[in-house]
Amino acid sequence: MKKLILQVAGTLILMLSAIWVQADQLNLRPGVTEISKEVYSLHMLILWICVAIGVVVFGVLFYSVYAHRKSKGVEAAQFHHSTKLELAWTIVPTLILVGMAYPATETLIKMYDTGGEDMTVEVRGYQWKWQYKYLDEDYNRTFSFFSNLATPRSQINNRQVKADTYLLEVDRPLKIPANRKVRFLITAEDVIHAWWVPDFGIKRDAVPGVVNDLWAIVPEPGIYRGQCTELCGKDHGFMPIVVEVLPELEFDAWYASQITTEVVRTESFDDTFSHDQLMVKGEEVYGTYCAACHLAEGQGIPPAFPAIAGSAVAMGPRDDHLRLVIEGVTGSGMQAFGKQLDPVELASVVHYQRHSFGNDAGDLSQPGDVINLSGGQ
Amino acid sequence: MSEVIHADHHDDHHHGPEKGLLRWLYTTNHKDIGTLYLWFSFAMFLVGGVLALVIRAELFQPGLQFIQPEFFNQMTTNHGLIMVFGAIMPAFVGLANWLIPMQVGAPDMALPRMNNLSFWILPFAFGMMISTLFMEGGGPNFGWTFYAPLSTTYAPDSVTYFIFAVHLMGASSIMGSINIIATILNMRAPGMTLMKMPLFVWTWLITAYLLIAVMPVLAGAVTMMLFDIHFDTSFFNAAGGGDPVMFQHIFWFFGHPEVYIMILPAFGIVSHIIPTFARKPLFGYSSMVYAVASIAFLSFIVWAHHMFTVGMPLAGQLFFMYSTMLIAVPTGVKVFNWIATMWRGSMTFETPMLFAIAFVVLFTMGGFSGLMLAITPVDYQYHDTYFVVAHFHYVLVPGALFSIIAAVYFWLPKWTGKMYDEALGKLHFWLSFIGVNVTFFPQHFSGLAGMPRRIPDYALQFADFNMVSSIGAFIFGFSQLVFLYILINTIRSGKPAEGRSWDGAKGLEWTLPSPAPYHSFTYPPEVTDAEMQGQ
Repeated sequence: MKKLILQVAGTLILMLSAIWVQADQLNLRPGVTEISKEVYSLHMLILWICVAIGVVVFGVLFYSVYAHRKSKGVEAAQFHHSTKLELAWTIVPTLILVGMAYPATETLIKMYDTGGEDMTVEVRGYQWKWQYKYLDEDYNRTFSFFSNLATPRSQINNRQVKADTYLLEVDRPLKIPANRKVRFLITAEDVIHAWWVPDFGIKRDAVPGVVNDLWAIVPEPGIYRGQCTELCGKDHGFMPIVVEVLPELEFDAWYASQITTEVVRTESFDDTFSHDQLMVKGEEVYGTYCAACHLAEGQGIPPAFPAIAGSAVAMGPRDDHLRLVIEGVTGSGMQAFGKQLDPVELASVVHYQRHSFGNDAGDLSQPGDVINLSGGQ
Repeated sequence: MSEVIHADHHDDHHHGPEKGLLRWLYTTNHKDIGTLYLWFSFAMFLVGGVLALVIRAELFQPGLQFIQPEFFNQMTTNHGLIMVFGAIMPAFVGLANWLIPMQVGAPDMALPRMNNLSFWILPFAFGMMISTLFMEGGGPNFGWTFYAPLSTTYAPDSVTYFIFAVHLMGASSIMGSINIIATILNMRAPGMTLMKMPLFVWTWLITAYLLIAVMPVLAGAVTMMLFDIHFDTSFFNAAGGGDPVMFQHIFWFFGHPEVYIMILPAFGIVSHIIPTFARKPLFGYSSMVYAVASIAFLSFIVWAHHMFTVGMPLAGQLFFMYSTMLIAVPTGVKVFNWIATMWRGSMTFETPMLFAIAFVVLFTMGGFSGLMLAITPVDYQYHDTYFVVAHFHYVLVPGALFSIIAAVYFWLPKWTGKMYDEALGKLHFWLSFIGVNVTFFPQHFSGLAGMPRRIPDYALQFADFNMVSSIGAFIFGFSQLVFLYILINTIRSGKPAEGRSWDGAKGLEWTLPSPAPYHSFTYPPEVTDAEMQGQ
């Protein structure tokens, strides 16, 4: 028995010491912003206060356990109160708490100073992706995009070696400039999510119907990663946040190029596409937006997520299918994708669904049809 | 006084328990009902534990190995619900049933028929809730805190069963609390003033008031969910003018007192065990009572510290930060008093004492992380990470659960008339102690490193901590089978125990023979200062 306990203890000590080697992982990270560094020192201050109190309190306890044993022939004392002592251990902790509350209040006030921003990004949580929208007073310079998990399913299902950024990588990161005050407006479309970038020291719930705000000034360009931190359903663990901080000039150039791309993209809504073009584009859109619930082969996870393969919708009238995707199904996980995808993406994904997984509707869906169905917008 | 008059002609042979299984269905005896509660909670503890092991098995390595995310969410949700409402709370009610009448010198609980009803509701409530796991679409998958609209608009169809189950659990708790309050306030032996009551009785009196105050709030929350789901109201639906944040305010107005409901009786238990094995009166009896009362009061004005990230205004954040920090003061008083009770005692370390000392140390660790979480600007970094998971498991497992286990070892000789095997008890303690720390201590690190809670798969830098944590969980889980073996072994073939089973034990229950007679005190006992704690 003793031998077994020793062996188990030995293994555990080995494992724990292996972790100790990566000591930087044992603590909160200081982060890169002024706020996150202040939060870190507050964390360390309180941690050390707790350690000090712990050493004293547990020291007394363990000394007592060691010294005041019956087996050492100690006679039990019979005292049972001391007003002075009891007052002391009420007042002293209160003073320590006041000492903690003061710097905490200072930092919190700074965190709430969201005014005077250089630019504003709206962050909108969806099941299970983030939408970033650059807001600008001049509406011509506003655009938005979705940021989806980029880790392939094969890595999640252990069929492929996991990359270093496993589950912390996205197809399109949020890009912001260094050294400028960026204000984030946080909200959600469906359920509550939470947007967190540990290195910036900021986290806020994304609540449907509520707009919260946060801010950050990031001095160092780089890539910063975080995750959704409020349970938001099935793929809560699979909606990371990646923020790429660019040097100011580089950011301005990127922003200008995005505006140009945006113009080209809007113009393509008037085009008509061939079956092959729609299939290529549709497969890409399906993989990003549909496959999480309806699965790669369209078999779905009934009853919550119906199959697309052989479904009445995918084989039925085309406009009904388009309308279902555009408007969603209230009270279910099926979102109104008309708000998330553009007419080209909607037309191609519906076309793809109608001509894959054994479905063969034999028709074409064009961006113009989508625009007609959604009232010309 | 009617009990006393009754007792005069009750004193004859036909008042043993009835024979057969129907005894347990019809019983109105506080000891039988206490036993039912305790076995029920132990069964739920094992069920909830199996769910926890499913979670830890999946999290042993990164990637999806055994279960899919939608099932994982059902596991975390039901693990939490079963442990909180099925294991910890009924175990404390079971202890209250067994102990309060004996400790206040009463023959039974004040309302025996209601006592029977409040227990027998529970198996139906949990049967219904657990059955949803086997329904089409699955069981509750929105976390034990069931935040709307994930638990309303986006919930599986089975949520209606969950709502009804919560209503039943609430009804059971409220009836149990009324019974406990009625017993304590009306049935104390002559001479037992409030400030002479044993601390377990005191803590339960205050806990019962907390339950009566907050269980209706929970019932209100789930009823509003029911209306949102089935009658198209918009209490929590932003599109109809409702507010998902309001759900959280209502939930935590229930939820924060709820966490003290799960710890105050634990304070009472430890305040019995430590003086017994230190052979010394409890230090600071009256400050213990005032500390419990202050904690109970504060528990009503700190709820939004669970919601620091929802975007409250600055003034609100500051209020909830300060009020939360204040809780450290009365809690500290309790810890200091326990240590002062041990100081210069003449201690022995039987199993209940080991669990009680581990309680003091590890609950205090949970208190430290609680204090860190109270600091709002830092909480942003901890919120909804494994740091929080580590924190509340430290206060609930080596906190609430260890106190329950300690209580079982401590009073088992009184209940069964037999002594458990001390060597096996110590083995159980050390396995549990090691298991609990190996499971939950690394979770502080994975939380600080940035791992969110309630995720079925995680980034590679969290892999080592999760592996250690899973190993600990399996050690802890399986060592509870040792506990089960010890209990059965004691009941079947334990050595006979004396009336006063521990030489330092004080209190009216120890003046009764072991096992305690079916009706505890048919005549009110004499309350002497020597038998009461401290005062």
